[in-house]
Amino acid sequence: MASLLASTGVFTCALAVVALVIAAAGYDLSGAARAAVEGAVGSPFAVLSATLKRTAPFLMLGLAVAVAFRAGVLNIGAEGQFLAGAAAACAVGLFATPVLGRATLLLEIAAGMVAGAGWAGIAAMLKRRFAVAEVVSTLLLNFVAANVVAYLVRGPLQEPTGAYPQSSMLEPIARLPLLIDGQRLHAGFPIALILALATWWFFRSTAAGFRFRMTGSGRAAAASAGLINVNAVQMHALIASGAIAGLAGACEITGVTYVLYEGLSPGYGYTAIAVAMLGGLHPLAVVASATLFGALGAGADAMQRNAGVPAGFAVVAAALVVLGVLAIPRTLRLLRPAWPGRS
Amino acid sequence: MAEMEVVGNFLEAAVRSATPLGFAALGALIAERAGVVNIGIEGSLVCGAFASFVVAGLLGPEAGFVAGGLAGMSMGLVFAVFVVALRAQQIIVGAAVSMLGLGLTASLHRIAVSSTGPGAPISTFLPLQVPVLSEIPVFGQAFISQPVTTYLLYALFPLVGWGLYRTVGGIALRAVGEQPSAAVSAGHSPARIQCAALLACGFLSGLGGATLVVAQTGIYSDGMSAGRGYIAMAIVALGRWTPRGVAAGALIFGGVSALQFLTQAVNWRVPYTIVLATPYLLTLVAMAALRGARAAPAALGRTLNRL
Repeated sequence: MASLLASTGVFTCALAVVALVIAAAGYDLSGAARAAVEGAVGSPFAVLSATLKRTAPFLMLGLAVAVAFRAGVLNIGAEGQFLAGAAAACAVGLFATPVLGRATLLLEIAAGMVAGAGWAGIAAMLKRRFAVAEVVSTLLLNFVAANVVAYLVRGPLQEPTGAYPQSSMLEPIARLPLLIDGQRLHAGFPIALILALATWWFFRSTAAGFRFRMTGSGRAAAASAGLINVNAVQMHALIASGAIAGLAGACEITGVTYVLYEGLSPGYGYTAIAVAMLGGLHPLAVVASATLFGALGAGADAMQRNAGVPAGFAVVAAALVVLGVLAIPRTLRLLRPAWPGRS
Repeated sequence: MAEMEVVGNFLEAAVRSATPLGFAALGALIAERAGVVNIGIEGSLVCGAFASFVVAGLLGPEAGFVAGGLAGMSMGLVFAVFVVALRAQQIIVGAAVSMLGLGLTASLHRIAVSSTGPGAPISTFLPLQVPVLSEIPVFGQAFISQPVTTYLLYALFPLVGWGLYRTVGGIALRAVGEQPSAAVSAGHSPARIQCAALLACGFLSGLGGATLVVAQTGIYSDGMSAGRGYIAMAIVALGRWTPRGVAAGALIFGGVSALQFLTQAVNWRVPYTIVLATPYLLTLVAMAALRGARAAPAALGRTLNRL
């Protein structure tokens, strides 16, 4: 309860600071606020096609980050794993649809998860075999992934005319179904909700989840208890985290964009760190924080469209949220044991 | 002679690409020798680039260069407040500071564009020829036909080396990075030293970002730091946490970036994006080959509890 209050407080403070900056920059604050609120929650269209559509990737990526961080693994490569998942799903969708028809969708989702897990697996292997810190390797792999996508959309996956750096559009049967006619909310959203419940249950009620949590709250203690192989647990956590991020990428391309292109992720993987932190790394709280960030993104877009206020302020707000959460001593006490010694 | 000109052009481009990396990596080196991992360098770089563009447009490239350093330092200050004073986890603060820098510059740039239109390219530092030295074949073309900011970087490397190894402050800084309690016993304050190191790191990173604008492109675009802050950290690891190694590492990374010019010159058909990915892959390979962080300061990344 106290942490819920604190998180709400932090979010409100971050918004207030950004509002002050917007006003100081000479914009009409009330107009901007009205545009933002209407764009985020003002109509069924705003809620379903703007806010919740955006919530799906934030929620899945936030869960991916939370799974890794809870096990004490600093996976900041959700961005690259997301792109790997999206690229794999796209490739499967383009080549398998004529053969498999409806079943393609399942294969796309599976391919996305495997690709995300594999991309994180590179970092896991580098950590295990060569003692390369996952903080650096996952981050560097983000840039490699972005360049691989840039290569794919100009090479093997480029649309046949060769005029644009993007893939062909996925066939309608290879797409995630939309939930409501005329709205852009797709089946990825309930998948994300189920995933949140599953993650919560995993941490709360399974032995493996217990090992994850123990490893995260103190490597030395977990190892000396004798039953936990902390290196293996952290490797599994990193790969699981990558699989979830890859799923997010697959859902984004099969549910929202239907094509692969370079700017597919406007930094979703980095925002996800803020989503997970605001949710205190708790899977159910991450649902709430992902929804808030979805609304924030939708509101910021509407603000830029209708009131001319730069959407970049949403990124600033997200950064302030992370800093605010870190500044709360209680959160600090909760998080500090998770990363003892070196990072 | 044509081959020598290709080599000279390639090395010249390598040094040019290495310069912003060198400034940022030197900053990262100072912070890491004081025991702090600062992935917020990216934020300092992009703020430095933006501030230098704005100020250089008004007051000229010299003022822009200094303004870039100061803007980078302000991001370093934010990082220092959270990591040193509030003792928050360094990686997460760094990620947030990078986001803050990228978001702020994108917003401010948009505000500037909507009120005054896109800024015209500013006048940049031109290559400064040095008599005799610039005449040396290949070497002169590569190293001594650069903007004045690059010569400043040449001077900074030995200066930082001298400061880290030959001054009381530098020895205390390295002690904080290796064994903070020993530094405390010797009467030094780790908090104060880490703060100073982070401000220096932010300033140098800001200069690196400014170099991109006032010594190279003459224009600012959103996110133009393009991950150089993260490459800087890779360079420090590659250079085994020494000024000499960092200088060599920056040159290697500059060389890989410049390969794209070389592939064009010799008409070598390699996809451009693959060339762009190589520095990141090279870092991963280098870190794996060096088996992680053996040479790293012992207390690197540790949150200091009692100071």
